[in-house]
Amino acid sequence: MSTAIEIPYNSTERPDTGLYNAKLGVWLFLASEVMLFGALFSTYVLLRTGAETWEHGAEFLNVPLATINTMVLIISSVTMVMSWASLKMGNLGKYKMYMGLTILCGVGFLVIKGFEYAHKFETGLFPSTSTFMAIYFTMTGLHGLHVIGGMIVNSYLWGPGAKMWKTDPQRFTNRIEVAGLYWHFVDLVWIFLFPTLYLLPGK
Amino acid sequence: MSDTHHKDVQSHVATYIKVFTALAVGTIVTVLASNIHMGIILGIVVALIIATVKGSLVAAFFMHLSAERKLIYGVLLLTAAFVVVMVGLIMFARQDQQGAQHGIFAVPQGHVQVHHAETTEGAHAE
Repeated sequence: MSTAIEIPYNSTERPDTGLYNAKLGVWLFLASEVMLFGALFSTYVLLRTGAETWEHGAEFLNVPLATINTMVLIISSVTMVMSWASLKMGNLGKYKMYMGLTILCGVGFLVIKGFEYAHKFETGLFPSTSTFMAIYFTMTGLHGLHVIGGMIVNSYLWGPGAKMWKTDPQRFTNRIEVAGLYWHFVDLVWIFLFPTLYLLPGK
Repeated sequence: MSDTHHKDVQSHVATYIKVFTALAVGTIVTVLASNIHMGIILGIVVALIIATVKGSLVAAFFMHLSAERKLIYGVLLLTAAFVVVMVGLIMFARQDQQGAQHGIFAVPQGHVQVHHAETTEGAHAE
């Protein structure tokens, strides 16, 4: 005999916090992510200030491709928030379209990043080449893994996970909101990574 | 679904489009600004100011932080405090090594060189 245990406050707000539980959970997770990327940005500052010379990323990184990638992520943030807004307006069809576009933007970002990485390897630039390349591959690599993680969640919510819309539309809408919080955070990290690695002057 | 609720969401959508435009413009401005030779410090400050404005727009509107519960603000304030402490400790560590007048990874080598010099001097004295 199995007994289903109902998880409380996944659709409605908890009276004491004023939030549904998943939202608080994801924000706490994002707090840990801030510490993770904060540590890496601090590492960048430490390495840069400690080095006698520092490369200007634009001299050997592909700024036009990175600019396109920045735009791709910004567009994906808009489509993500539009997918949530579509559900708020009760339109599952539009949700599917916007979420599909978000996933495609994620694919586009990774493909462009893949071209960039391939070009670096072809020209003999590896993490072991210099301190700059080590921190470049570490930060963009970790960010890329976050994009992949977000795409896996978004793909589930676009496909099989969307069945919940019929049984519990409020909970499903909440799921899209918290998946969006994560996705926007990944976009936010890139907004800082792009100038830090590609645009800041060397010394 | 009520008409009021529907209109609320539609006004949000209009805001999202404006934020997208601002982010796109910000991206172009940051790339253009990086091509202007304004010195290292000013170049870094300008790039980080633009990134902070763009990041704030994403957090305030896409992540709905402009109208969020107090508990979330509390979590973020606590996180910010921890980040400040972490960055502060790392910067203190950097200050510690300034005295060596070398890059951070040159310090251990410097120690080795000092020992080597002392040994050589000792050999000469003998």
